[in-house]
Amino acid sequence: MIKSLLDIEIDCLLSAITERYGYDFRNYARASLKRRIQNYLTVSDCNHVSELIPKVLHDKECFAKFLSNMSVTVTEMFRDPLVFKSIREDILPKLKTYSRINVWHAGCATGEEVYSMAILLEEEGLLGRAHIYATDFNAKSLATAKEGIYPAENVQLYTRNYLKAGGKSSFSDYYQANYESAKMKDSLREKITFASHNLISDQVFAEMNLVLCRNVLIYFDKVLQDRVLELFSDSLVSRGFLVLGDKEAIKYSIVKDDFEAVSERLKTYRKVLHV
Amino acid sequence: MFDAVVIGVSMGGLQALKVILPRLPKNFAIPVIVVLHQSTTIDSSLAVLLNGMFEIDVKEAELNEKIEAGYVYLSSPGYHLLIEQDKTFALSIDPPENFSIPSIDVLFESAAEAYGDGLVGIILTGANADGSQGLKVVGQHGGLTVVQAPNTAEAKVMPEAAIAAAEVRHIVPLDEMGEFILRLADDVG
Repeated sequence: MIKSLLDIEIDCLLSAITERYGYDFRNYARASLKRRIQNYLTVSDCNHVSELIPKVLHDKECFAKFLSNMSVTVTEMFRDPLVFKSIREDILPKLKTYSRINVWHAGCATGEEVYSMAILLEEEGLLGRAHIYATDFNAKSLATAKEGIYPAENVQLYTRNYLKAGGKSSFSDYYQANYESAKMKDSLREKITFASHNLISDQVFAEMNLVLCRNVLIYFDKVLQDRVLELFSDSLVSRGFLVLGDKEAIKYSIVKDDFEAVSERLKTYRKVLHV
Repeated sequence: MFDAVVIGVSMGGLQALKVILPRLPKNFAIPVIVVLHQSTTIDSSLAVLLNGMFEIDVKEAELNEKIEAGYVYLSSPGYHLLIEQDKTFALSIDPPENFSIPSIDVLFESAAEAYGDGLVGIILTGANADGSQGLKVVGQHGGLTVVQAPNTAEAKVMPEAAIAAAEVRHIVPLDEMGEFILRLADDVG
C-alpha cells in the first residue's frame, strides 16, 4: 500500500523528535496520534505537518508545547470507582501479609489516581508500610501531580467517586480546602515518590506488589503494548497484582499466560506462579 | 463489494437501529461499525442487550480487535472508536469532539483512511452535527456517502447537517435503510 503524504510527513516528524529529544512516538497507536497531531496543527500557524519539523527541532519551547499536546491527561480521582472498590476489597487484603508494599503507578499524569490509591491504603491501614512510585514522562503533568493541588470545582465529583469506591471516612479529611483549590494532605504525599520514567525507553526500577497503569496502553500499538506489559510482568513479585484501564484486556497480549483475572470486567489481574 | 460500513447515530439511534438491523442476515458479508452517542452513566452493556435480538451478531468493539464480517460492532460510552490501517480497532479518551465521546467524526475519518473507496459511511438520526465532517472525508477518500432521509428521522439536525456538509450520494428513508445496506454486499461497482 502506498503511504499517504500525511503519513510520510508524520514519520519524518516522529523520527526527528526521537533523534533530537529521545521521545519516541513511533510505536504509538497511529490513528489517534495522527488525529492529535492534526489537531495541534490547527492551533499552530502551520498548514502542513512537515512545517512543524523545523519548529520543534530548533525551538525547545515549541517542542514542549507539542509534547504536552501529545500526552494525555484526562483523569480524575477514583476514576471508575468500582475498580478502586475492587482494589480495596479484593486486592489490598491479599497484600496485608507483606512487611513492605511497593505500588507503581505508571503513566500517572496529573496524579489524581495516585492520591486515590494513597487514600485507599490509608483507610485499609497499609499506608505506613507502603510506598507509591508515581511515574510519567510528561514533566508538566508530573509537576502538577507533585504539588497535589486540584481545582475546587472538581471536589464534588471526587467526593461522589470516593463514596462509590467504598470510602470509609469523609473525602474532606484528605485535603485542605481553599476558595479555588484543594491541596492534598502531606501525610499522603510523604508516601509517594514522583519520578520521570518513560515506559518506552526506561527499565524496571524496583520490585512491585501492585502495578497500576490505566488508559495508557490504549495509546500504544500492539508491539509497544506487549513490551510494556512484559515490563510490568518483570517488575511484579510472584502473585503481584496488575490493574489496567477498563478497556485494556490482556487476552490478546503476549503476557496473557503470566496472569489470571481477578476481575476480567474490571481489568484487574494477578501474576500466576510459574512452575 | 464494499469492505466496511460505518454508521453514526445519536438521538433516536436505538430505535433506528432496531428498524435497520433485523434486515441483516447472520454472517453478513460486510462488517458494520456503529458509533452511537450514549450517556457515560449507563453501563456499556448495550451490545449485550442488542445481541440476540437480531440474526446478526452484535458486539462491543474491543481494543486491538481485528474487524471481521458477520458482526455489528458498537462503540463504548466514554471512548472514541478509531480504525487503524491494519483494520483493527483502537480507542482513545482524548477530549470530546462536537461535545461527543465517542465522536462520529473520529470514527469516520480514521475509517476513511483505513478503507478508502471500500467504505460506506451512513449518518442517521441525531440532534447535533457530529459526523458531517467525517462523512465529507469518507467521500473525499472515494467512499460511498449515505444519509437517512431527514423527514424519516426522529431528530433531523444530524442528517441535515451531513447533507449540507458532504457530497451525499444516497438519501434513504429509514424503513428502506436495512434493505439498502443488505444490497451493498451484492454491489460489484
